[in-house]
Amino acid sequence: MSFARVLCALLFSALACLSMPDAVRAADLPSALTRLAADDFTETAQAIEEIADSGAPHAEAILTALSNARLFIEPATKKVFWRTPAGVVHDALSGEPVAAAPAGMDVVRINNRLRRVLANAIGALTLMAPEPQRRRAAAEALFRSRDESALPLLEDALKAEKLPAVARAFREARASIMLAAAETPKAQRIESISVLRERADMGAIASLRSINAKADEQAKALAAEAVADIEQRLKLIGYVQNVWYGLSLGSVLLLAAIGLAITFGVMGVINMAHGEMVMLGAYTTFIVQEFLRSTAPQWFDYSLAIALPLAFLVTGLVGVAIERGVIRFLYGRPLETLLATWGISLILQQAVRTAFGPTNREVGSPSYMSGAFDLLGVSITWGRLWIIVFTLVVFVALLLALKYTPMGLHMRAVTQNRRMAASMGIRTPWVDAMTFGLGSGLAGIAGVALSQIDNVSPNLGQTYIIDSFMVVVFGGVGNLWGTLVSAFALGVANKFLEPMAGAVLAKIFILVLLILFIQKRPRGLFALKGRAVEA
Amino acid sequence: MNFKLNRRGVLAGMAGAAMMLSAGGPVLAQQETIKVGVLHSLSGTMAISETTLKDVMLMLIEEQNKKGGLLGRKLEAVVVDPASNWPLFAEKARELITQHKVAAVFGCWTSVSRKSVLPVFKELNNILFYPVQYEGEESERNVFYTGAAPNQQAIPAVDYLMSKEGGEVKRWVLAGTDYVYPRTTNRILEAYLRAKGVPAEDILINYTPFGHSDWQTIVSDIKKFGSAGKKTAVVSTINGDANVPFYKELANQGIKATDIPVVAFSVGEEELAGVDTSNLVGHLAAWNYFQSVKAPANAEFIEKWKAFTKNPRRVTNDPMEAHFIGFNMWVKAVEKAGTIDPDKVIAALPGTEAPNLTGGISRMLPNHHITKPVMIGEIRADAQFDVVWRTKDLVPGDAWSDFLEGSRDLEADWVGRKCGNFNIKTNRCGN
Repeated sequence: MSFARVLCALLFSALACLSMPDAVRAADLPSALTRLAADDFTETAQAIEEIADSGAPHAEAILTALSNARLFIEPATKKVFWRTPAGVVHDALSGEPVAAAPAGMDVVRINNRLRRVLANAIGALTLMAPEPQRRRAAAEALFRSRDESALPLLEDALKAEKLPAVARAFREARASIMLAAAETPKAQRIESISVLRERADMGAIASLRSINAKADEQAKALAAEAVADIEQRLKLIGYVQNVWYGLSLGSVLLLAAIGLAITFGVMGVINMAHGEMVMLGAYTTFIVQEFLRSTAPQWFDYSLAIALPLAFLVTGLVGVAIERGVIRFLYGRPLETLLATWGISLILQQAVRTAFGPTNREVGSPSYMSGAFDLLGVSITWGRLWIIVFTLVVFVALLLALKYTPMGLHMRAVTQNRRMAASMGIRTPWVDAMTFGLGSGLAGIAGVALSQIDNVSPNLGQTYIIDSFMVVVFGGVGNLWGTLVSAFALGVANKFLEPMAGAVLAKIFILVLLILFIQKRPRGLFALKGRAVEA
Repeated sequence: MNFKLNRRGVLAGMAGAAMMLSAGGPVLAQQETIKVGVLHSLSGTMAISETTLKDVMLMLIEEQNKKGGLLGRKLEAVVVDPASNWPLFAEKARELITQHKVAAVFGCWTSVSRKSVLPVFKELNNILFYPVQYEGEESERNVFYTGAAPNQQAIPAVDYLMSKEGGEVKRWVLAGTDYVYPRTTNRILEAYLRAKGVPAEDILINYTPFGHSDWQTIVSDIKKFGSAGKKTAVVSTINGDANVPFYKELANQGIKATDIPVVAFSVGEEELAGVDTSNLVGHLAAWNYFQSVKAPANAEFIEKWKAFTKNPRRVTNDPMEAHFIGFNMWVKAVEKAGTIDPDKVIAALPGTEAPNLTGGISRMLPNHHITKPVMIGEIRADAQFDVVWRTKDLVPGDAWSDFLEGSRDLEADWVGRKCGNFNIKTNRCGN
């Protein structure tokens, strides 16, 4: 405990450092691991660097576990363990798997700053990884962190790299680092700028803008020019992106409105409970997923496919019940129908609130619906893409069903001329019930899709009811093609207005335009003509 | 006109009938119990957040009754449903006070519902405990604010993000739902950031309608704004319902917390319960309480809550803690005053202390706000928060922001000055 002993120890370690650096480096791991026990972010940051530098063969495994909250400390012994995704527990010091994991371990906590440090450290460690994907991810991490100390490793990795795509990622990472570094020769800086200019995305702009303040004026001017050039290109892509967003919003609108196009558009029932059918569909998805989670988790990816027919059945039956129980007594009295269906919507909402609670329910996304990919610079999310595809499939299926099935024929006959259809032997009340059931069922399958992008709560339906009416009225009541065109037109118009006017004003503009349009054409875009209209 | 008169007549008649009915039976019981009003929406859009608060009040009252009640009398909860309808809040508040003769009311969530009941509480002189973080710029004699004022949530959160640990953020997106709370909070934050030397071009303010569900454009705008080579963060005052699609879009477009962290003021454990959080790990929230805080009082509260709701998966959140503190303060003040007379309880409340759930003792201040710790939590994969930063001491709530023109000179003091907006420049009460 004396001063002399401390001094002695310090001297010894200093000497040891000088004489045998490798041995000391390998011995760094235990000291790094004890730092983790302090539960202090600064200490943990230090530990991450020491672990990365330790050269231990399992250093990367420790760091990956740390970044995924799978690194643990046993509070009593301060020993550190990590758990693999498969659930095997390893001792962090030796790297060996242990037979039984000690009980009561604490997760080593990290924050966002440490996550960045970790991404960088893991990036440097995985530059030589055998899998090309991980090498690319490593390059991307260094591209963002612009950590100068990783440059020598990056150069080595670049020399060894065989795959052109990964090599390009390495060159881009190197360019990003060199541009931000203080001591880069002018020629290399200029070359880096041209590499980044070719990359031409938002990340490249961020890198070009973080050019070191010590860079000479020519390089700075070139960087600014490259930024302007990329921005120009991105602007063009921006228009494409807006169209895509518009189509995606349009598909959601169409999906929500397609059932209403039947109940309101074809049958003329002002159905305020339409939104609640969407909600019931979403809750059906929730129930299916809960069931699968507890019984057959391996089937989870098929949960939506299972939920679709179920949701159609459930909401279709509810729809038939509503038609038989309430609406059929109110045909020809739109005001009463409106009030009655509004009452039904409140009853359904409160029933669901009582049964499932007022809070949101978690509906998971199957793996094929999460994430995004880049197409010509436009980032496209899988979920949205599937919803567009799904909407179009539903739309086409509905068109075909109306046109080519006997049921569809009866529906059209009844809505066009009820008395004539009745005298031809069609059971019109039955057809009414089926039509309303079909519209409700379509709302139900819309709910399955919308559960992927929105809250599953008792209020889900209310968000869509106004938009749905808007789409159907704008498209022309009674015309499915009109509904399609109007949904996509409203979606795209909204998405072009939104960047200019903001989300709130964009919505107001759309409504104002709609009112003006309805003044001019009260029957919507594609008005039905002929005697059916007058009936 | 005719219709209105008729409707009023009917209403009055109905109220009269109801009074007669209730006057017939339990007169004795009415004298024995102390009634506590619970004014939270159980249906409509706000039911999602407010139902929980109703439950927590029922639990607290049950607990208190197990301890022997208050002043030797049992407590009785009177629950009404204002159905997320702002004018109905005022009607129901009036019903609680005049008809049920409650001693105090615990209720409201949105600022607009609070503003709608204010005149009722002033006119009928009763007490309201308001448990939700709000925009400040208010201090009323009859209202006790147990949620956070902006200086107990928004300002510390921004300070954290500016610090080294928080990532030294230089560029700010202030995104909110278009109503009074986000607009006022963002005005305060903008003034604060400008005072800290953030240039105007590094602040992007964006508002969206209630229940906004298509976030594609806004998220890609945020992405673009964040690519300027300076560390960027989003300060979100987006209201409950719109958050799930917002976070889903963030995750889908690959915005990670390490690139552009989002710090939210209205997202707690309850809101996250409906979200898959594995892609949101590291995004932040600023509150005065988190369920994950390790403290004996908290562990006890969580256990009681799970037992009371008979659901081991139920979570706790910040406004629940606010009701816990507020209710205990009210109990102490009534005990101190020895009566439930509103004037005496209002006078007894400032200075009252009650433990909060995170190990400290909160105190009611003369401005009718309370002292609270401020915490920053990061979202974990299990939909809980990991507290990454917290203030050492409790922060006193400030009713009037020091960063807004006009509000800077105002001071609320219901003990010494007997005024909620005393102007220290002109030295008189009122603006």
